[in-house]
Amino acid sequence: MTDLAVAPSLGVSAPQALAGIRVVEVGFAAAGPLVGKYLANHGAEVIKLESSRAPDVFRSTYPPFKDNVPGPDRAAMFAFYNDGKRSVTLDLKHPRGMELARALVAKSDVLIESFPAGTMAKRGLAYPELIRENPGLVMLSSCNQGQTGPHAQHPGYGSQLTCLAGFVHLLGERERAPVFLYGPYIDYIAVGYGVIGVLAGLARRAATGRGTYIDLSQYEAGLQFMTPAFLEHELNGTVPTRAGNDDPIAIPHGVYPCKADTRDDRWVALSVWSDEEWVRFREAIGDPAWARERRWDGAAGRRAARAELDERIGEWTRGRTRDAVVSALRSRGLRAAAVETISELFADGQLAHRGLWRALPHPVIGTVQCLSAPFTLSATPSRQEHAGPTLGADNDHVFGTVLGVGEEERAALARDGVFA
Amino acid sequence: MSVSASAPLEGVRVIELADGWAAHCGRILSDLGADVVKVEPPAGDTARRRPPFIAEREGPDRGLWWIALNANKRGVTLDLAHPAATGVLRRLVERADVLLESYGTELVARGVSPAVTSSWNERLIHTTITPYGSAGPLAAAPASDLEVTAASGALWLAGDPGRPPVRTTLPQSPFWAGMAGAMGTLFAYLARGASGRGQHVDTSAQAAMVTATPPASVHWDTMREDHERLGQFLIGRSIVGAKFRNIWRCRDGYISFAIQGGAIGRHTGTKLVEWMASRGEVPETLRAIDWQKFDNTTLKQDEVERLEGAIAPFFESLTRKEFFEGVVARNMLGYPVSTVEDIEADPQLAARDFWQQVPVPEAGRSVTFPGGFALFDGERPRIRRPAPRLGEHNAEVYGELGLGAAELAATRAGGAS
Repeated sequence: MTDLAVAPSLGVSAPQALAGIRVVEVGFAAAGPLVGKYLANHGAEVIKLESSRAPDVFRSTYPPFKDNVPGPDRAAMFAFYNDGKRSVTLDLKHPRGMELARALVAKSDVLIESFPAGTMAKRGLAYPELIRENPGLVMLSSCNQGQTGPHAQHPGYGSQLTCLAGFVHLLGERERAPVFLYGPYIDYIAVGYGVIGVLAGLARRAATGRGTYIDLSQYEAGLQFMTPAFLEHELNGTVPTRAGNDDPIAIPHGVYPCKADTRDDRWVALSVWSDEEWVRFREAIGDPAWARERRWDGAAGRRAARAELDERIGEWTRGRTRDAVVSALRSRGLRAAAVETISELFADGQLAHRGLWRALPHPVIGTVQCLSAPFTLSATPSRQEHAGPTLGADNDHVFGTVLGVGEEERAALARDGVFA
Repeated sequence: MSVSASAPLEGVRVIELADGWAAHCGRILSDLGADVVKVEPPAGDTARRRPPFIAEREGPDRGLWWIALNANKRGVTLDLAHPAATGVLRRLVERADVLLESYGTELVARGVSPAVTSSWNERLIHTTITPYGSAGPLAAAPASDLEVTAASGALWLAGDPGRPPVRTTLPQSPFWAGMAGAMGTLFAYLARGASGRGQHVDTSAQAAMVTATPPASVHWDTMREDHERLGQFLIGRSIVGAKFRNIWRCRDGYISFAIQGGAIGRHTGTKLVEWMASRGEVPETLRAIDWQKFDNTTLKQDEVERLEGAIAPFFESLTRKEFFEGVVARNMLGYPVSTVEDIEADPQLAARDFWQQVPVPEAGRSVTFPGGFALFDGERPRIRRPAPRLGEHNAEVYGELGLGAAELAATRAGGAS
């Protein structure tokens, strides 16, 4: 489309950002493992360490499963959240299992863990012990509320933590109960900050040779996205609350019903940000007599009668498809977008142009639509070759090649249950 | 203004030529110790005009979004329409590690594309953050938070069934876009360590918002179930498609709780019944449950509703604070639906020294800000300076460059010829 697309490139031979970086991940569900996924997609060798007795909960307890039949290698959630990683199994309660885990961390650059606070120390994997052998280690601990403090041990999960962090109070219609945005919203904020923390740690290590221990409270990471709301309370004494789709500047600003097509429940989002844009909006909707009334000319007038305004606009959108509304407005430089369902994201031309979805092979499930990153790198793009690994798929490679444990010894260890 | 010796990005220079879409990215990099110089038009960044304002009185340094997203940055002005402006920008970029911008096609029209900036400084990382990304069918389409949220599925998934989808009243996509831009920028920074060369990091706010609800895509991909907004309910781990209430009315607002299985869910159920018993009668439907054998995954919808109906009056008798203290004391799952006021009073955040006092000159006092996002070796990244006044650092930054008279004219209001 534009010159922006012509970007500097080093060609396909450029090493990826994290080429040569080895990561060990002991985490479960979303917040830890997605950090590892982004690192794997950008060149790191990410080794996910599980026990077959207690594998990642996304292998065991969260649907959907292939053909609705549960099983650690049939779990779509796990396959989606862990693309590009290697999988090994170790019984950390076995002394040899713990020894191998420590040896692996000693040969790695990054350790990611997302267990409840204090779990790693109980297992003898506390950071101060690990850096005796590996002073350059960058370690990320990501948990609900951080490693310290009176609530560090309190159990919780993403959806409820999203409530605690104030997001849910700010989502919903005025005078109605608040609503969720699909649940564990805050987990995914913590993922981004987890990646940023690890990369900043690696950048500092490149400059100083020192490793870093990162104590990430998912709660505190989430609160970064709430900063203006805290300032509003601090400076103006007001407690922000949910206000539907209202905006303090734009009017109209909201969603409007559209004509049913393959399904009903169709909506378009649109917003008008100035009185000059209102004139163009009026033209876009066919300059009807009602819209020419002077009382709509200024934002204050439009806001004063917003229920009536929304009703009038809804009358226009209701007879049209989302695409017809969007193209009428966008062609006049106005802001509008279809309210896309999740299935529609797979057919979205803009997301497809960016290669956001990657259909990756999985030996049991077949093909899994995994996510790429929300950024693209012109010279060292992400590479995604396979969906999340089957349990223990890389035991031979990691224990044999990376740690140099011979075939006979591995067989003996397997008999002892070390790889369970 | 000394930077902590342990700041991870100490010595990294960032030029931020950006409106609201990229400001949060610059804020993250500056929190980590980078020197971020915000370049604004002489009339000021549009974010300076976004309400709310201090004491609801408008002014270029009074906007709360401006104050929040531009702390830790230095600020200069530059009139991009002035013929000498590109030269000034080039001088800035030649000394920088990162150019962060959200002008997209507008900047390209002025001859400043990633290919051009790369020719100025081959080590430069040029990060763009725009609503839909810098290439593709919607590269030039305008959008605000609402449209980006709509195009990401995140609007569709929030709201009451049978009613319109809703967005978070505090716009969220500028944060998602900024965080994604910072991730990409840091990957490119590490790649430069090996190659010696920068690259273009092309960030899309739409794509960033898709990453806010990822499991929904898995249900479509695997089961061809197109999930919809469920109001106060979540599907959770049910294997029979039952939905569970996760938001409940309480005496002074709302709390979050769910009937759950698993070890901690069973503990939570046991403790809830004990708690209810200590305050009055427990309905028979709850007394009949053997929590040691309780499994929520196979409960049918009418069974779920019967249990929820038996619990609801108890929650309605508690305040948010009573509920929060009660679940913490009993080690049960559950949290209040907090307001910012509740969060400010949370003892956990105080114990971790989360909050930070930052002077806000226009308010004439220090104000409590959320502190850094994580602890690095026990240290929390600090806010070292408040958001800059318009052109506050012109003399300092342009002085370092030794600009000529024509170039200096481009940095001032009304300088366009």
